[in-house]
Amino acid sequence: MDDFLAARSQMALSLGFHIIYSCIGMVMPVFMAISHFKWIKTQDPVYKNITVAWSKGVAIFFATGAVSGTMLSFELGLLWPGFMKHAGPIFGMPFSLEGVAFFIEAIALGLFLYGWNRLNNWVHWTAGIIVGVSGVASGILVVAANSWMNSPSGFDFVNGQYINIDPVKAMFNKAWFSESLHMIIAAFSATGFAVAGIHALMIYRKQNVLFHTKAFKIAIIFGAAAAILQPFSGDLSAKNAAKRQPAKLAAMEAYFHTQEYAPLVIGGIPDTAAKKVNYGIEIPGLLSFLVHDNFKTPVNGLDKIPVKNQPPVAVTHYAFQIMVSIGVLMMLIGIIYFYELWKKKDLLSKPWFLKTFIWATPLGFIALEAGWTVTEVGRQPWIIQGVMRTSEAVTPMPGIQYSFYLFSFIYFTLSVAVIFLLKRQIQMVPELYDRKTA
Amino acid sequence: MMLYIVILFLFAAITLYFLLGGADFGAGIIELFTSTDNKHRTRKIMYQAIGPIWEANHMWLIITVVVLFVGFPVIYSEMCIYLHIPLLIMLLGVIARGTAFSFRNYDAVKDEKTQAFYTHIFVYSSFVTPLFLGIIAGSALSGQIDPKATDFAHAYIFSWFNWFSVSVGLFTVALCGFLAAIYIVGETEDIDEIKRYIRKAKIMNIAAVICGALVFLASHFERVHLANWIFGNPVSLVAVIAATISLVVLYLIISHRKNRQWIRVLAAFQVCMILISVGFSRFPRFVIFKDGSSMSLLTEHANSNSIDDLGIGLLVGSLFILPALGYLYYAFKKKA
Repeated sequence: MDDFLAARSQMALSLGFHIIYSCIGMVMPVFMAISHFKWIKTQDPVYKNITVAWSKGVAIFFATGAVSGTMLSFELGLLWPGFMKHAGPIFGMPFSLEGVAFFIEAIALGLFLYGWNRLNNWVHWTAGIIVGVSGVASGILVVAANSWMNSPSGFDFVNGQYINIDPVKAMFNKAWFSESLHMIIAAFSATGFAVAGIHALMIYRKQNVLFHTKAFKIAIIFGAAAAILQPFSGDLSAKNAAKRQPAKLAAMEAYFHTQEYAPLVIGGIPDTAAKKVNYGIEIPGLLSFLVHDNFKTPVNGLDKIPVKNQPPVAVTHYAFQIMVSIGVLMMLIGIIYFYELWKKKDLLSKPWFLKTFIWATPLGFIALEAGWTVTEVGRQPWIIQGVMRTSEAVTPMPGIQYSFYLFSFIYFTLSVAVIFLLKRQIQMVPELYDRKTA
Repeated sequence: MMLYIVILFLFAAITLYFLLGGADFGAGIIELFTSTDNKHRTRKIMYQAIGPIWEANHMWLIITVVVLFVGFPVIYSEMCIYLHIPLLIMLLGVIARGTAFSFRNYDAVKDEKTQAFYTHIFVYSSFVTPLFLGIIAGSALSGQIDPKATDFAHAYIFSWFNWFSVSVGLFTVALCGFLAAIYIVGETEDIDEIKRYIRKAKIMNIAAVICGALVFLASHFERVHLANWIFGNPVSLVAVIAATISLVVLYLIISHRKNRQWIRVLAAFQVCMILISVGFSRFPRFVIFKDGSSMSLLTEHANSNSIDDLGIGLLVGSLFILPALGYLYYAFKKKA
């Protein structure tokens, strides 16, 4: 494995894991605060138990999210010093604000976790809310930094020099809103479905049914609502990519030839050499419609982009297809949930309904990873779109492959440990969190 | 002007990380060197002391890194290249330690075997992390980083694997242990425990003095003119004298239980003085290379717009962080 590939793999691996830990660490506090609120209002002990149980999960994910995030702030420099040397001061603004938000989150989490019986109920609750709010703020800020790499602004690149730097303008680059929105909604729908799925499994097994039902209902409202909203934010992101990253859009759609009535290709196996997609379903005009709001206007295809500036088409296309199909599926499940809720049907006693959610547990995170792949692989070969190539940024130190193996091992172990811990948390619900209803 | 504010924040974050994060590392180091019989008790007291505040203590490292890469990107990327390996090991320590600590606490089943496993990871990583933090700091100043080196070993290993850097690492470990012991003395009311921790503090302090001597010895071998740095300018000299005096005062009053808050202040003061002494003598140089050239905070900084925005961000941020942090410490001090 050459050093460049190893560095890219290590970064992908680190981000791929961090994104899971941090999404859960960002969204769970919101669920926790809702449940806490219900307890303070209704004094129903089940809600308190749910809050305590969830707060343990939050603590585990916050710790793993915090260490993997700390690691990433170093890995940016360890693996991509050529990038950070120039980019640090330009897109550093959201990072410094994220540092502040993260700091406040850590303080509020300390207050929340150790505040039972020490703090006034509402002060305690506020601490929980602050954990959630600053977590979401951190998420928005970090994604704003990433969106700058996709849509660089706030500087002029003249003769290899970065001049007229404006960090505020860099932070509010043209992609920040659509990308952050897409990420935050994804975090809520993925975490909502995952949490709801686990509680659905416990209801299905008839363990602590009341406890798990109440927990399920809080989580799924967010998950389902986010899943229904997501396609709209996805449309916004795709239009953005069409405007600023035509190569990425073309790779996502495996769209080789610029043409009028541009078709949308569903599925299929892209053949980059022959510049066509085999076995795909083409819907004529739909891509033009999605990008330009009319069926005729041509969309720029890969033929407009020099080959050396094209991203890997197959990976981007597959990842995009996975993301979209899961997204549609989750949206449908969300619609079914709200429909049945509206009809006031007693859903949680029906095995098919529970089974649907059990199967849907990992879906959101698979879509999340696929979407992240689209945005990162789709940007290649650039680390700063149109300005700096990823290969120019990599560290001169040889032997990065060993570092990659080491990180693979660590993240694998860490994930096994987290799953092990969650399993034990769930196992202990009857003894620790829900003694009465057991 | 804003540049100086940013530099001030950088040094403040490093100092606070040393004091607060250091006390945290120290808790693990003490656990490592505690006999098995007392381990359980030690852990309980230390856990009560650091539990609520421990995540926040480590945020200072993030602030330090962010200030470096936004404000001093060339320094950050050069350090990342030539100190890649110690940074990597330090990071592994951070991961292992952070997760083991939380997992130990939040594992729903508290069986002996897994708890012992977490503890094992926690104590060893508590030792490794500050060791490598010290090595990184020592290497930045030791003048062993050689961008002209052509082979792997000289470029990426001997830059940090030398007597001076390693002694600074050990010195850091001893100081962390010392800080933790002093901190815990103020956290418990039990007279026996206080005695035990005072003894531990003394042992750690002796270890620190020995490691300090080792640093001087190593600096002689490695031709780092440490003595010149410290005794060569009035501020460093005064700081080092103040550190020594505070050590003597600390020894004189440590046995009186009433003075527990004072010994805490003195210990923190002592560490600050050591940092100031070395920091001031080298300022504005932040990284020194083998050929004698160096990277200065006053010249290798980012463009003025980025520095201004960073400074404003830090100032506004501290308006939120400092009161919140104060409240956190206060809320858990009240009932402690």
